[in-house]
Amino acid sequence: MAGKTDLKGLGKEYEYGFHDSTSGYAFQSGRGLTRDIVERISDMKKEPAWMREFRLSSLDIFNKKPMPTWGNTQALGDIQFDNIHYYMKPTDKQGRTWEEVPEGIKNTFDRLGIPEAERKFLAGVTAQYESEVVYHSIRKDLEKLGVLFLSMDDGLKLHPEIVKKYFGTIIPPADNKFAALNSAVWSGGSFIYVPKGVNVPIPLQAYFRINSENMGQFERTLIIADEGSFVHYIEGCTAPTYSSDSLHSAVVELIALPGAKIRYTTIQNWSKNVYNLVTKRAVAHANATVEWIDGNLGSKLTMKYPAVYLVGEGARGEILSVAFSGKDQHQDAGAKIVHAAPHTTSVVTSKSISKDGGRSSYRGLIKVHKGAVGCKSNVRCDALIMDEASRSDTYPTMEIDEEDTSIGHEASVSKIGEEQLFYLQSRGLSEAEATLMIVNGFFEPFVKELPMEYAVELNRLIELEMEGSVG
Amino acid sequence: MATPLFEIKDLHVSVEGKKILNGLSLTVRAGETHAIMGPNGSGKSTLSYAVMGHPKYKIESGQVLYNGEDITAWPVNVRAVKGLFLAFQYPVAVPGVSVVNFLRNILKNRRGQEIDLKTFRKELKENMKVLQMDTAFANRYLNDGFSGGEKKRLEILQMALLKPSMAFLDETDSGLDIDALKVVSDGINRLASPDRGVVLITHYQRLLDYVKPGFVHVLAGGRIVRSGGPELALELEKKGYEGYVPAPVGAGAA
Repeated sequence: MAGKTDLKGLGKEYEYGFHDSTSGYAFQSGRGLTRDIVERISDMKKEPAWMREFRLSSLDIFNKKPMPTWGNTQALGDIQFDNIHYYMKPTDKQGRTWEEVPEGIKNTFDRLGIPEAERKFLAGVTAQYESEVVYHSIRKDLEKLGVLFLSMDDGLKLHPEIVKKYFGTIIPPADNKFAALNSAVWSGGSFIYVPKGVNVPIPLQAYFRINSENMGQFERTLIIADEGSFVHYIEGCTAPTYSSDSLHSAVVELIALPGAKIRYTTIQNWSKNVYNLVTKRAVAHANATVEWIDGNLGSKLTMKYPAVYLVGEGARGEILSVAFSGKDQHQDAGAKIVHAAPHTTSVVTSKSISKDGGRSSYRGLIKVHKGAVGCKSNVRCDALIMDEASRSDTYPTMEIDEEDTSIGHEASVSKIGEEQLFYLQSRGLSEAEATLMIVNGFFEPFVKELPMEYAVELNRLIELEMEGSVG
Repeated sequence: MATPLFEIKDLHVSVEGKKILNGLSLTVRAGETHAIMGPNGSGKSTLSYAVMGHPKYKIESGQVLYNGEDITAWPVNVRAVKGLFLAFQYPVAVPGVSVVNFLRNILKNRRGQEIDLKTFRKELKENMKVLQMDTAFANRYLNDGFSGGEKKRLEILQMALLKPSMAFLDETDSGLDIDALKVVSDGINRLASPDRGVVLITHYQRLLDYVKPGFVHVLAGGRIVRSGGPELALELEKKGYEGYVPAPVGAGAA
């Protein structure tokens, strides 16, 4: 993710498109999804009976549930569920030091800059490769304070009482077809519990890597911030470039108990053959805050609408998302806020750029329940279109059942301005430099919310995307 | 005689098919300050945009020579890097781009090398002080939400840092109160040097109370119709442009 600050001499190719051999894997499921595969996953993980049941009933729901009838239905229709590998276990071991991670996988994460980032500025790291977390660590002082940061599998093993209490309660399997699929075959992801009043001062990070062709990655993340605590979790993702598609379908559940604050930052940079169909939802109790900072650069099709349910008085939700859609990409991203308690507030900011025929959509819902008096919500969507072939759409929905509220919505769509370009060029910037400056400025409200190292990385990725786009 | 610093020869320019400049000629030698005055619609802004190379301003014929080289085919940024500068009448906002980041980038290109951060900060601070600009200004987004006066000061600040050898200032006095006008004029006067040329494009004479041009030209109907010394500006101030405005089409001769 980080550490690569050299902005010169980079090609415009997707730089994370390399892959490793899969021949040494501990286990690979065949293509397609059967009851037998779900049972084998559960067996191999030695799970309690309730989780096995949860998986199997979720499989039934997945099989029965229709595909979404919105978003990009054409691209969704192209997904070949029978062609996907639903579970791949690259190794039997999980490292607590990088030396314990198998050489080939370690090299991959080295190339991605993860161990370096960990040394420099992270409180803990999990690294997931295919279906399993192959490395995880947390700073000793945080461990002593009772902070739990484990793979979801270990969370279930070591803290079954917490997991059973919250798992699947925010996003039930029946929520949507892909949540059901994840619930049936989930593997990996992060489990975080922050005890009452504990402030985790620097971010925890998870890194997700798909390696095989036609891989399905279904991580599951559950974060519980107990009363008055704070945690910032960051996830990054990449995959090799293949000619056929892979599927990433995560479920992320956040629980911010009274007075807690969770910030969840994503920088999604999948290769352009990955379907990224993710369900992310948070519950914020009284005076709690949840912030989704959601950056979407990669993937073929992303459909993702981080949600915050404001269920306690004074709770606050913020969703800041940016999307960059290039050639053959559709970012269908958005936000969902439910005001279910009085005096709750929310801010949604969406920024998207479409170029080279790419398509960006904002799809959002603001719902205010009857009785949720004194709520405030502000939604702002800005779209920048770089050329005639590209497209941007906005689908905002508001369901306001309470009169005593203050709701604002603003939207703008602009083409990259000839006058802006001319002004910057008249000061000696080339057309490409001027364009990049305008684009970086457009994303600035997002970038400034990132830790510095990520801001540098994101700017670099944007520069890479913009290269060769004008000329 | 040495090659003039800047020379416009019989320039014809159209904008979206409409002819605006009709054979404009102008010679500026190093060390000279010229004022081009004219009524609204005479082609003043067209001249500045055409010189800088705005893609909408099409050069139909004629030459623009900079140190003897015809620059009409040069990309906009090349003109700037080689020392041409235009202070915009309406500077454009670029949200999200900080003034300080912008300035450092444009200076790098103009000077052809990275500028040490410490040196840059010092230089910036000194120049901002001259223009009576608060240092917090540098962290704002480029022209975003700036008042008219702030925008004009930023144009002069850019000019001071870039040290162009040929500067066009398009209506730099418009929208300024008298204090701001003095500060901005002071900034322009500081740039004057024996190897630079300056062209002030203005509707009103009042800027010329503070910046003294050696040459004054009247632009009307897309060409220079009269040239003279500073006294011409005073005459225009008194009599206005009445005699220079082309009669409206179809008005008929009495």
